[in-house]
Amino acid sequence: MRYDSLLDSVGGTPLVGLPRLSPAPDVRLWAKLEDRNPTGSVKDRAAFFMIEQAEKDGLLAPGATILEPTSGNTGISLAMVARLRGYRMICVMPENTSAERRQLLGMYGAQVISSPAAGGSNEAVRVARRLADEHPDWVMLYQYGNEANTRAHYQTTGPELLADLPSITHFVAGLGTTGTLMGVGRYLREHVPGVAIVAAEPRYGELVYGLRNVDEGFVPELYDPSVLTTRFSVSSADALRRTRELLDSEGIFAGISTGAALHAALAMAAKAQAAGGRADIAFIVADGGWKYLSTGAYSGTLEEAEARLEGQLWA
Amino acid sequence: MAIEVRIPTILRTYTGGAKSVEGSGATLAELLGDLDSRHSGLRERLVDGSGLRRFVNVYLNDEDVRFLGGLETPVKDGDTVTVLPAVAGGRR
Repeated sequence: MRYDSLLDSVGGTPLVGLPRLSPAPDVRLWAKLEDRNPTGSVKDRAAFFMIEQAEKDGLLAPGATILEPTSGNTGISLAMVARLRGYRMICVMPENTSAERRQLLGMYGAQVISSPAAGGSNEAVRVARRLADEHPDWVMLYQYGNEANTRAHYQTTGPELLADLPSITHFVAGLGTTGTLMGVGRYLREHVPGVAIVAAEPRYGELVYGLRNVDEGFVPELYDPSVLTTRFSVSSADALRRTRELLDSEGIFAGISTGAALHAALAMAAKAQAAGGRADIAFIVADGGWKYLSTGAYSGTLEEAEARLEGQLWA
Repeated sequence: MAIEVRIPTILRTYTGGAKSVEGSGATLAELLGDLDSRHSGLRERLVDGSGLRRFVNVYLNDEDVRFLGGLETPVKDGDTVTVLPAVAGGRR
């Protein structure tokens, strides 16, 4: 397949069946390989759409500075596009994210400002908002509230899924900015009566959440719970276990958030099978495992890997 | 057999520091009532007049009970209930 430039090749990713993990001939799992995007993650879609929209709106001129709170993938995608378009890129990233992400951001010329580990992505958002107030000339695309994030999936990921899998009954993806679930979810609901939209939310250990107050919840502006059918909270242990199963059974080397999506997909598959119905369950492989090698997620026993992952953000 | 309920750090003052406690009931509401008889004040932190509090999430076997049946969600022995503060993607 030929494209005029790297940015023209965003999207159009493969959907592959999982014959070994699917529980029955008529209850099937399908993986959408979003790691096959230019910088290796699903976030290329949102980054490209958000920058295009900001250019259309006249917010970005050559030499402009983009500021974004990100746990990594969005920052890497934005840094790549920013590099090609001549913008300066600053990422606010929790300090407990993997070394590979920092190296990739540096490689694309982005500057990284660390936010405290406690509070995770929510704290990164707070720090970025403060910086944006101090530097009114910086442009914060703000993936958590930018409609172009959702629209990227409404206009590309959703139609791709339906074209490849007209019999789709369930769509499962990780819940972060909620852009993928909201965009694909709305599109599929308009075209597939009764389709189930399923969120898999990462559940971190106490080192990340222990200090947080029960009243401090942060909800992305993009989030509309009416789009979702149900929502799972997946522990690091289950996400790791499923990430390894995906590699062992189907040969797919994915990042840890994909294990969380697979965990929810398998729970829905078990329910469909128990109910005696057919199901075609598609889930998002948000990125490959490369950026998480240094976390030790793929070596040693599951227990060792889980202990090493404690306190780190993996989605 | 009983139902295991996992408690976040922030609420362990009600469970004497225990990370998880056990309870019984046919629905989540009954389960929380049963827990409150031994861990007084816990229920009040999770539920207000209209249901689950805004920034509290409760999961039955990893699935958000708000999408199942709320406080009327059926529960049974062997289930695991997890209480968590809402984080990114929580309810508005």
